[in-house]
Amino acid sequence: MANFFPRWSNWLPLKLAVAGFLIVCGLTAGTWYYVTPKYTKVGYEPIQPVPFPHDVHVNQLGMDCRYCHSFVETAAHSNVPNTQTCMACHQQVQKDNPKLEPVRASWKTGQPVEWVWIHRLPDYVFYNHAAHVNRGISCAVCHGQVNHMPAMYDAKPMSMAWCLECHRHPENFLRPEDQITNMDWKPEDVNPAAFVAKYGEPKGVKEDWSKKKHLTQQEIGQTLKERWNIHPSETCQVCHR
Amino acid sequence: MLRGFLLIFTLAAIAIVAMAGFRGQHSPRPPWELMPDMVRQPKVRAQAPLGFFADGRGPRLPIDGTEPVGYDIPKPQQNAPPEISPSGAPPGEESAHAPLGFSVGTDYYNTGKMGANWGTGIPVAVTAQLMARGQQRFIINCSVCHGLTAAGNGMAKQFGLATVISLQDERIRKMADGEIFNTITHGKNTMMSYGGNVPVADRWAIITYIRALQRSQNASVNDVPPDQRAKLDQPEPAKK
Ligand code: HEC
Ligand code: HEC
Ligand code: HEC
Ligand code: HEC
Ligand code: HEC
Ligand code: HEC
Repeated sequence: MANFFPRWSNWLPLKLAVAGFLIVCGLTAGTWYYVTPKYTKVGYEPIQPVPFPHDVHVNQLGMDCRYCHSFVETAAHSNVPNTQTCMACHQQVQKDNPKLEPVRASWKTGQPVEWVWIHRLPDYVFYNHAAHVNRGISCAVCHGQVNHMPAMYDAKPMSMAWCLECHRHPENFLRPEDQITNMDWKPEDVNPAAFVAKYGEPKGVKEDWSKKKHLTQQEIGQTLKERWNIHPSETCQVCHR
Repeated sequence: MLRGFLLIFTLAAIAIVAMAGFRGQHSPRPPWELMPDMVRQPKVRAQAPLGFFADGRGPRLPIDGTEPVGYDIPKPQQNAPPEISPSGAPPGEESAHAPLGFSVGTDYYNTGKMGANWGTGIPVAVTAQLMARGQQRFIINCSVCHGLTAAGNGMAKQFGLATVISLQDERIRKMADGEIFNTITHGKNTMMSYGGNVPVADRWAIITYIRALQRSQNASVNDVPPDQRAKLDQPEPAKK
């Protein structure tokens, strides 16, 4: 009998296996890398009607976030400022700058500037700013180094896993309540003696932390967590009502 | 054949990476919603647009001739350490005034007026906590223009907001508290109103702090308690 299968077909199953393996690996890698909020959300930087530079206003002018986002401490929603907030200065400052034309038009007509909403969770999630910023979580943890952003973008994935990562271990992120809007805060900035005098130390710590040169984020976080009795919830209905 | 496949596979991978880019790259493309089932629901969220009304706004403007009923500022947490109790009132202590955020009443606390004239005096208990709150709110809301010591040299002035004045002026030092309250609430000449940003309780806290700043910049020896005066003449301790 003649060879029914040509000689090269001996290798076919192996070749198919290699190809199949590569395709599965490729699809898995692609999905793992791309189909996640770390790719879909992070870096979203829409074109705004006014190219509002946070770095100029926060770093150069030294403005506090709460000058513009004035209800972030009392409300669930952190308001984007109205036109008057801008006009307080821009009636005189840069009053002929073409970039600010939409703001001036809005001031004349009373129609709001249509800012594009960047950080927008799904409508079935009920996020609350006041619950976080009054409990020692800084804007910088969730929104990145806003003071170095010439244009605002989404810096964090804002996925459920990301929320829970912190709700399980808030001590990795807590900081003193007066540093919430300080985007450049580092644990090394804390003076251990003053910190311990104000907030005390967690129970069961024998060592005197006020004698240390620096406190670590964990030490600061653990102290504040116990003092403020912080227990972020992992129950579904806290975030999904 | 495998070589052909590998070539195509590699080219496809390169093409996908070239098109889709990397994680964290900035792009104006809206986030891709993989399973959009209930992600966007027909409900109004704060500050969001809504096609239902002719002007396209979700949140409605107040109707002409109506007054807002008020807005409750959340009460300070019970039994919380003092540093994390928001709002001016000391924790656990009931304020004599309704906890309304924005001026709706007609009394001195809400308008700064006593009868037809500007009243003076702080209508809430002046405590160290009120002063600290005032300092914080002054730095947030006023210092960009008026400067940290209220000397009228804030950053905005240095960048061209020329009409900012010093709150250390004789005129402002003599001004009734109620008139300053009114300036915060409704603005004055080229200063726009902060009534929509600063709740009533915080306005009084800010005025308290401004009064302290004014005294600090215009103090004489007589302001120092007698038993502390001797210290003033001592040389400064040498710096380490
Ligand atoms: C001068 C006023 C002003 C100040 C001060 C300011 N912002 Fe903003 N912020 C805006 C405006 C206007 C927008 C909307 C335009 C945009 O997204 O760029 C905005 C947008 C944002 C957004 C995105 C909102 C969205 O659509 O999801 C975040 C987050 C934010 N600001 C955080 C901060 C933080 C943190 C600070 C303090 C370091 C700060 N801002 C200070 C005016 C201000
Ligand atoms: C406290 C005063 C103040 C407020 C309030 C303020 N700005 Fe500004 N803004 C400035 C100053 C001062 C500059 C110019 C800085 C410089 O000259 O480098 C500036 C610059 C800008 C620029 C950049 C202009 C350019 O050519 O690059 C834009 C855009 C802008 N502001 C938009 C806004 C918007 C929108 C708001 C309202 C949310 C706002 N500003 C609120 C003070 C202010
Ligand atoms: C624990 C994380 C977290 C912290 C801390 C935080 N934010 Fe946000 N921020 C979010 C999330 C999540 C959203 C999207 C909210 C939504 O869609 O409901 C958001 C949205 C916003 C928006 C858009 C308007 C809105 O509410 O949807 C602004 C403006 C903003 N944040 C400013 C701030 C400022 C200013 C601070 C600090 C004082 C701050 N945020 C602190 C997570 C945070
Ligand atoms: C960096 C840390 C951190 C991140 C990130 C974070 N949270 Fe929180 N969350 C906290 C802390 C701390 C509290 C306060 C817990 C307490 O008061 O005991 C809190 C409280 C809350 C509460 C109020 C719970 C209550 O008891 O009323 C809600 C709702 C909430 N978080 C939702 C979210 C959502 C949704 C996200 C993701 C978008 C998120 N959080 C991300 C730290 C975080
Ligand atoms: C700390 C707040 C928080 C808690 C607690 C929480 N979730 Fe979520 N959940 C979120 C956020 C934020 C999203 C949106 C994620 C996104 O947009 O990528 C989400 C999304 C989801 C989704 C949709 C996922 C998708 O991609 O379609 C489901 C299902 C869900 N949550 C179920 C649960 C269940 C079940 C629990 C309780 C075990 C729970 N969640 C607890 C914040 C939370
Ligand atoms: C955007 C810059 C800006 C900010 C922020 C600002 N002011 Fe002013 N303020 C001005 C200007 C400009 C004037 C001068 C008004 C005029 O006479 O044209 C002024 C004047 C005043 C006056 C004197 C009014 C009079 O009778 O002549 C008082 C009092 C005052 N400001 C208090 C405050 C307080 C309190 C705050 C904080 C809540 C504040 N200002 C925030 C710009 C500002």
